[in-house]
Amino acid sequence: MGAEFVQFSLTPILIGVLAAISCALPGNFLILRRQALVGDAISHVVLPGIVVAFLLTGVVATVPMLLGAGGAAVVAVILIEAVRRLGRIEPGAAMGVVFTTMFAGGVLLLEQSDTSRVHLDVEHALMGNLESLIWFRADGWGSLLDPVALADLPEELGRIAVVCLMMVVLTCVFWRWLKIATFDEGFARSLGIPAAAVGFGLVVAAAVAAVAAFDAVGSIIVIAMFICPPAAARLMTNRLGVQVAWSVVFATLSAVLGYVLAGYGPLWLGFGNAVSAAGMIATVSGVILGLACMFGPHRSRIGQPRGAGA
Amino acid sequence: MNALLDALTLQAGYNAALVAVGAGLLGFAAGSSGTLLVLRKRALVSDAVAHATLPGVALAFMAMVALGGDGRSLPGLLLGSAVTAGIGLLLVEAITRRTRLPEDAAIGAVLGTFFGFGVVLLTVVQTMSAGRQAGLEGFLLGSTAGMLFEDAVVIAVGGALAVAATWVMRRPMTLVAFDSDYAASLGYDVRRIDLMMMGLVMAVTVIGLKLVGLVLIVALLIIPAVTARFWSDRSGHVIWIAGGLGGTAGYVGAAISASAPALPTGPVIVLVAAGLFAVSLLLAPVRGVLAAVLRRRRFALRVHRRQGLLAIAARHTIREPFTLRLLVREGLVRPDGVPTDAGRAQAARVVRDERRWDIAREIHQDAGLTGRYDGLTPIEQVFTPDEIAEFDRRLGPPVAVGAA
Repeated sequence: MGAEFVQFSLTPILIGVLAAISCALPGNFLILRRQALVGDAISHVVLPGIVVAFLLTGVVATVPMLLGAGGAAVVAVILIEAVRRLGRIEPGAAMGVVFTTMFAGGVLLLEQSDTSRVHLDVEHALMGNLESLIWFRADGWGSLLDPVALADLPEELGRIAVVCLMMVVLTCVFWRWLKIATFDEGFARSLGIPAAAVGFGLVVAAAVAAVAAFDAVGSIIVIAMFICPPAAARLMTNRLGVQVAWSVVFATLSAVLGYVLAGYGPLWLGFGNAVSAAGMIATVSGVILGLACMFGPHRSRIGQPRGAGA
Repeated sequence: MNALLDALTLQAGYNAALVAVGAGLLGFAAGSSGTLLVLRKRALVSDAVAHATLPGVALAFMAMVALGGDGRSLPGLLLGSAVTAGIGLLLVEAITRRTRLPEDAAIGAVLGTFFGFGVVLLTVVQTMSAGRQAGLEGFLLGSTAGMLFEDAVVIAVGGALAVAATWVMRRPMTLVAFDSDYAASLGYDVRRIDLMMMGLVMAVTVIGLKLVGLVLIVALLIIPAVTARFWSDRSGHVIWIAGGLGGTAGYVGAAISASAPALPTGPVIVLVAAGLFAVSLLLAPVRGVLAAVLRRRRFALRVHRRQGLLAIAARHTIREPFTLRLLVREGLVRPDGVPTDAGRAQAARVVRDERRWDIAREIHQDAGLTGRYDGLTPIEQVFTPDEIAEFDRRLGPPVAVGAA
């Protein structure tokens, strides 16, 4: 737990934890609103958004990427609504049409354009590369106080920290609105809460979280971060505040445990190489959800004996 | 362009021809079986199934290498992927049935977790000595480079079997999709039919892994089915139209992909399917956007014409610009707003129609007939000449309308 840890593991763990929390916070509300698959759709359309932003600006930088992905999410939401209403198609299928098409477009653009100079390739876009986000300049815990070394922190850390802070602030500020609009949209409207705008804002916030987490874990594992911790938390309690707290705990646990297992687990088992940290984080979050499904105190529907089928 | 023509006519070489035919068959199978899935409103379950194939591919590779074989044998990899896809499918079912989590959360959780685990296994495979050339990443987005004849045969035979299975099971599955309670009352085991349907979807997914890749195969199941829905309201027809559309997308997409470098097969096939979808959305005869716009416009014309004529009859000045333009164009009104003789004649007819309807609604007890009064339908379309003559008798003698 010395210099090597600070240099190679500290920043990936931090980024993983912050990414997991950023996704879990909006994920709580997406799950309660039965929009879990909006997370799925968004995480897929983040790719074309980022690619278009890159093609327009020529750089991989925070602001264009966030704008591009946020824009893509908005376009996707509008398209899904348009396809659903114009074609009178059920929402799931409309979503399936839109996000696969946009994702296919993104992959094609990425393959067609010359992105070899920057680390933007399809494989990383899908699977993420948490391990590469290391802190070169660090030579021990003392570096945390060294401004020169701190300036060299991977920019992804700053990005995800800002986004995570934003998610926490937004969740706190709009807590009452989110809560009422999620559970009873009609009641929310009668109180003068713009329920539709809250729903749209939630989707955009989820898109921003997906972009920020995209660097670290790629566009598909993000889905696990959106869904698994909040879903597990949902099985632990009937109170929204407690559920959100549980989801943050589960998200943190998945990130830390996942990274450690990926980095050190194979060594303990006698293999030489680490495995994908992002994948392991998703796996751990899935295992946590599995345990919650089997042992969570509030796992069954109300009115059903525990463990009974529907 | 020549390269594309060559590819479309199977002249671009043996391998490209093989891929194009295989993709066409796969597209047909995916389109037809996807129709039942979309009708059952479970389109996105297939996304979870597709992503759940990844760990299976990696595990199968490891198992085959461990047993001393060639890890890249396609049937082996597909078998492995089918196993984990099946586990993923059962988990989605189990989570939805046994816990209070809704199906969408279960889909997302299984999808993300299995994919994550698959990525972990892929990194393990990459560090194996035999794994470096495995090319398992090709299963993510599909890759047709270096596809062997045997692989194409696997895809073609699998696709044909899936089409045959769809054909055999189309009746019970359609029944369950439209009204599962009724199906249950007829003695069908709904849950088993659902599982069979998902099994079929799983088979298509697994077969399509090599060509389209696990991220995008769901598009091939959903998009042709949704597109076909625009062209027919009969489920029997929709299945085969979807098959045709999917087959076209697969064949054309594979040909385009073979005609130039850096055109990955899976995304191109999906984009071709999406193009067909966009065209159908806009141009389909009844459900299309253009048809709806035209229908709306025709309706607006009828309403404006009728209201304009009623205004002429009541000697009101027509101020509504659209109505005025319409009537002027038909020669019923002069540009300064004064009705012509033809206009007055038409107005008289419309007023007579309205009066007849008034009488009809007064004396006629059949709400099924009088209920069709909407201010647009001519009474001749609803009542017989005898009945209309009776209304006229009650109306009394004609009166001049709209005269100056």
